[in-house]
Amino acid sequence: MTLSITADDLVLDYGDTRALDHLNLHLEGGRIYGLLGRNGSGKTSFASLAAAFRRPTSGEITVGGTAPFEAAEIVSQICLIREGGDVFESDRVSSVLRFAAAHRPYWSEERAGQLVERFRIPTRKRVTQLSRGMRSALGVTLGLASRAPVTLFDEVHLGMDAPSRYAFYEELLNDYLAHPRTVILSTHLIEEVSSLFEEVVILDRGGLVLHESADDMRERGAAVTGPSRDVEDFTSGMRVLGRQTLGATSQVTVFGGLDAEQRRQATSAGLEIGPVPLQDLFIHLTDPERETP
Amino acid sequence: MFDDRSPIYRQIAERIKGDILSGALAEGAQVMSTNQFAVAYRINPATAAKGLQSLVDEDILYKRRGVGMFVSADARERLRTRHRERFFTDVVDPMITEAETIGVPLDDVVDHIRQHEIGEPS
Repeated sequence: MTLSITADDLVLDYGDTRALDHLNLHLEGGRIYGLLGRNGSGKTSFASLAAAFRRPTSGEITVGGTAPFEAAEIVSQICLIREGGDVFESDRVSSVLRFAAAHRPYWSEERAGQLVERFRIPTRKRVTQLSRGMRSALGVTLGLASRAPVTLFDEVHLGMDAPSRYAFYEELLNDYLAHPRTVILSTHLIEEVSSLFEEVVILDRGGLVLHESADDMRERGAAVTGPSRDVEDFTSGMRVLGRQTLGATSQVTVFGGLDAEQRRQATSAGLEIGPVPLQDLFIHLTDPERETP
Repeated sequence: MFDDRSPIYRQIAERIKGDILSGALAEGAQVMSTNQFAVAYRINPATAAKGLQSLVDEDILYKRRGVGMFVSADARERLRTRHRERFFTDVVDPMITEAETIGVPLDDVVDHIRQHEIGEPS
């Protein structure tokens, strides 16, 4: 069983601040999503609403067709891991794990044990005594071992060092293959994890900028390089995301995908067409100088 | 393993084609499963499946239900033919352009190629 997540005209305000601004989004169940956005874009607000940590100001969010807020039977299907870990600070790691085992209906003791070993989490220490990296590793362990049909990791792995992060990506993929479920990974370290995403969701200023398959997104960006005037001529009328000029040479990043004919034209005009990494597309699409989505 | 510069599924397809061309993957041989690809290259299984499916669509691979995917009987020959057709536009034409740009006379290029032909590479 997999669970979808749907946001319908979703609004969340914190006092005078609008964190989510009439967001509409449908995430099919059973996929790995990259939830991308700059700080303050609404990623954490969205995750908190999906996991019933908060109630929407207006609009609706549903998980598997049910609004999760104060709906125990659906909340037990959802596991949100935030950077702090949401655990009792003064507890020992071992009792944090016991608590999760008692409250998570799909908890895998075996999986938790493997991950504790792989990340070398000291189970006898208290949470307050753990380094930032170890706290992140504990969060990752709680999320993966929960085997919750909807598992959300909100920037939880950012405190880990590079080898641990890669171990996390590997464990996430293995777990997902063995136990397919809906996984949402919110991050701004896009490059190293983007190959895991089936779909990418980009939020900016509380709204949806883009939601599509990661492969399609990669195909849509193109960097056109050549003599400035030729580049300008070629890209006029296209959706330009960024422009860099160095002397007589310009590079213009366009979004929308070039067809074979356009690529031929470019090549015969002496222009170079290069691909654009996901991270660059993300930066361009969420540039504050850009007009509102 | 993969750069982020073109769709990963296409890179997977190109890699398998390369293995078939070089003979590393023999005709009739079984290729790795979607999940094996996903684990080996740390990619989403949907991406791996898309790469494999694109080769099935081109008849480079064929599926045996419940067993896996295999290299088609004439895959290597068809790939060789296709690459031969593209050889001049993809390899030779850019070389000529480069030679002209940096001022290497085409006669020198032709001489160089001829030397290879008579087995005396310089």
